[in-house]
Amino acid sequence: MSRHSLASRHFSQNLAFAVFRLIMLTVLAALGGILIYVFIHGISAISWEFLTAEPTNSMTAGGIFPAIMGTLYLTVGAIVVALPLGVAAAIYLSEYATDGRALRVVRLGIQNLAGVPSVVFGLFGLALFVGYFHLGISIAAGSLTLGLLILPTVIGASEEALRQVPSTFREASLGLGATRWQTIRKVVLPAALPGILTGSILGIGRAAGETAPIMFTAATFYTVGLPRSPLDEVMALPYHIYVLATAGTHIEQTRSLQYGTVLVLISMVLGLSLVAIIIRTRMRKTKQW
Amino acid sequence: MLQIPQAQAITGDNAPPVAVAPLTKRKVTSTVQEARIRRVFVVAGFFSVIIMGLIVLFLFKEGLGLFSTVSVSDFLFGEFWYPTYDPSDFGILPLIAGSMAVTVISSAIAVPLGVGAALYLGEVAGHRTKEILKPAVELLASLPSVVLGFVGMVVIAPLMQEWWDIPTGLNVLNASMMLAIMAIPTIASISEDALHSVPRDLVEASLALGATRFETLTRVIIPGAISGMGTGVILGMSRAMGETMVVLMVAGGAAQIPTSIFESVRPLPATIAAEMGETPFGSEHYHALFAIGIVLFILTMGFNLVAAYISQRFHQKGAATL
Repeated sequence: MSRHSLASRHFSQNLAFAVFRLIMLTVLAALGGILIYVFIHGISAISWEFLTAEPTNSMTAGGIFPAIMGTLYLTVGAIVVALPLGVAAAIYLSEYATDGRALRVVRLGIQNLAGVPSVVFGLFGLALFVGYFHLGISIAAGSLTLGLLILPTVIGASEEALRQVPSTFREASLGLGATRWQTIRKVVLPAALPGILTGSILGIGRAAGETAPIMFTAATFYTVGLPRSPLDEVMALPYHIYVLATAGTHIEQTRSLQYGTVLVLISMVLGLSLVAIIIRTRMRKTKQW
Repeated sequence: MLQIPQAQAITGDNAPPVAVAPLTKRKVTSTVQEARIRRVFVVAGFFSVIIMGLIVLFLFKEGLGLFSTVSVSDFLFGEFWYPTYDPSDFGILPLIAGSMAVTVISSAIAVPLGVGAALYLGEVAGHRTKEILKPAVELLASLPSVVLGFVGMVVIAPLMQEWWDIPTGLNVLNASMMLAIMAIPTIASISEDALHSVPRDLVEASLALGATRFETLTRVIIPGAISGMGTGVILGMSRAMGETMVVLMVAGGAAQIPTSIFESVRPLPATIAAEMGETPFGSEHYHALFAIGIVLFILTMGFNLVAAYISQRFHQKGAATL
């Protein structure tokens, strides 16, 4: 095994493990550092007015209410698109598909869809939904684009949840004379529901934070009031941050608004992820099978 | 299908006359219905493939228009990107170089950190520590890219400029650091899964022979997990290459071939995001941005296919294949 003495072998082990620990601490410090820095600088901007009022004085004062609502509309729209499609695809993968060429093609398709850069989704949404379907730059076009973007996330989480349902559940139901679909609807899906929920929450979090896909399909710099129909443009938190930080003549003046907006976005996105993670951990601990 | 023989048996001659009619009808319709339902799910399964096809179709439909006026080699190897000048130049070599620069430098940062974090989580951390740290790594993955772009721009860039006395803090190094933060969770979580999937009996055999945990790690676990770790690294690089907001806000935006990590670049995704807003629908510039989309799509798809190939080709199938 090794010609070195036991002591030196243990020394190299301790050294290596210390390096791994240090690396882990560095990664955690990056996360912690960003969160704490943003919190310290952003908390002073947060007020009831900031969360519920519209921007005033050409975006240098006032609140971010329309951006919060815009992000809400877009993410709800995205999950309405992605959840049925994603769960249905997951049911195919876990309950109907048999090994073979077709399954390999489907898996490759999902894997590659997950790897498409978000800005390419933006281009696709612009060409298909904004242009070809004449939806214009709108909530509808943005929601559809974001929905397709998070589709692989929803499929992945739902499939995992469905596969964790023991096959004895299915066999018992089929043995009682239920059809395949009755079994899926009344036995498999209810048992997999918490896992599917977790997946959708992760998907919502991802959709809320994405900027590039909505830049050309939904988001706009400023709207008067809230959107009145799904075909209206919207303000959105991530785009609002980008615009405040990069464009305009008041970049320094609006710094505190920028930090405040970043803090709101982080709270929303990380809050959702945290909820999903907690549900999942609980589920793993308390699962009856 | 379980129902077909049942339905036939009941409709046979010896079936009791009273209950037959409604039952048979229901069974037959449910069999037809089952087949229909099955078809719905098959279509849903193929939906992702259809979307991939549509993405390719629409990228090419909008992007290929450029090549009626600009040759493919002038586009790919042209050294000047002046899309709004007259006459305009659509050479994306500097943009490709920018993307390559940030991808390589960010990997150089993210691979050791991501793999190190995975090794810590998989081999050093105790059960309780791991239960807290794994979600933390996942949280890092869910940080929106615009937030990292903002931090790089507002916090890191001024510090860099001050410390090293360089003309701009918006440069390759800063963008690579922020991209690395995005790539680390991908690399760490996929690598950790790979470490975890090495068969337990191999590990125990090594320990029983007197190897230390570290020796077991370097000579048994890592060789067994290397394909999974490779997949993680490549997917992390692919993520860094396709990421938009960070390079849009932090890379500086100068369309030049970088000669040092302190120079500004304009990677492919940043160019699309920065210019699409001001481009007239259907103009030459519009087509050029879609053509950049094609290049970016092919590059990231290449990374993903390599990752899929590695994970399939070198997949650990159990103790026997080692």
